Amino acid sequence: MQVLYGRHHVRVFRFGLRLVRNEQVAEDLISEVFLDVWRQAGKFEGRSAVSTWLLAITRFKALSALRRRKDAELDDEAANAIEDTSDDPEVTAQKKDTSEALRKCLTKLSSDHREIVDLVYYHEKSVEEVAEIVGIPENTVKTRLFYARKKMAELLKAAGVERGWP
Amino acid sequence: MMAINNKILREEPGEIEALLPWHAAGTLSARDSRRVEEALARDSALARQYAAIQEEYAETIALNESLGAPSARAMQKLFAAIDAEPARKASVSSNISARLAGFFASLSPRTLALSAVAAAVLVLLQAGVIGAMLATQQVGSYQTASFSTPRETAPANPLPRAFVRFAPDARISDIAAFLDANQATIIDSTAGGMFRLQFGDKPMSKQEAAVLIARLQNEKIINLAAPAQ
Repeated sequence: MQVLYGRHHVRVFRFGLRLVRNEQVAEDLISEVFLDVWRQAGKFEGRSAVSTWLLAITRFKALSALRRRKDAELDDEAANAIEDTSDDPEVTAQKKDTSEALRKCLTKLSSDHREIVDLVYYHEKSVEEVAEIVGIPENTVKTRLFYARKKMAELLKAAGVERGWP
Repeated sequence: MMAINNKILREEPGEIEALLPWHAAGTLSARDSRRVEEALARDSALARQYAAIQEEYAETIALNESLGAPSARAMQKLFAAIDAEPARKASVSSNISARLAGFFASLSPRTLALSAVAAAVLVLLQAGVIGAMLATQQVGSYQTASFSTPRETAPANPLPRAFVRFAPDARISDIAAFLDANQATIIDSTAGGMFRLQFGDKPMSKQEAAVLIARLQNEKIINLAAPAQ
């Protein structure tokens, strides 16, 4: 278990943190995830990679944690409306820092869009693996990421950053 | 703004266009990668979009990497919880449970603290595979590899055994298929991710054993194979 934890806990933590947006909650989350793994090791059927299994458990735990929190509605739409104390995309764009503007837009995506962007780009999961983790059809995986990217482009455009797409 | 959003959301990506993010991440099949490459070569608009995707890809990685790592508190909490778990049943009536218990026991933190990292990961995975495989078998037909038989105590030829290290990218399904196809049983694991396997329950001559080792060394999912006692 120490080995499994050592190998995967950082990515599990980061995936969880992007979903729950709270370090304390994310840390509690990884303890719960690996404890579940410890208890259910015999149920792992080997049809998918261990990391895919872990991320699916993490996602489930994160959503449960969000539901438990009284301020769960902070996520998604409400979170998008919260004023960030640091530079907003417009200001960032004025600094001609497209990279930073992009990162800021990535944090402003909805929970559904954030998780799919992270799973594909950071966790390098295939269409099939994302479908398994999120529990949606493969075609929905593709279109959801497309819409997430459209949303990102829209946020960037509003910030004055043009990238030639869409 | 809402009208713009609705307009955007009504648009559907083309088949190749939808695959671009996975192409950037390198997680497409060879066939799909080839299709995307061909489309990028002939479609400049698609190529522009791909350039934007590569930026998104790089920034998503940078953002996630900037998130840091959890504190030691999370690990302490986890292993305290594991230590507080009820002890797994060791004295079970069936051989299936005995074997499963053996595997789980080998996963206890204290035991693992003494064993190699890679070995522990593989043992964990093997537990799942073996559990699933054994669940479909009859209890009476099962026999542990370490069960003492007359053949083991005084064999004319030794039982065919080998030290094996599986490739890091070997999938559980491949390992399970390999074990099944070779009637192989995991006897134990050693430091460095090596497993001692027994192949069937009939003794082999030295020549047969050498052929077996040579065959194992040619298996894609095996990095290293060596004779074992």
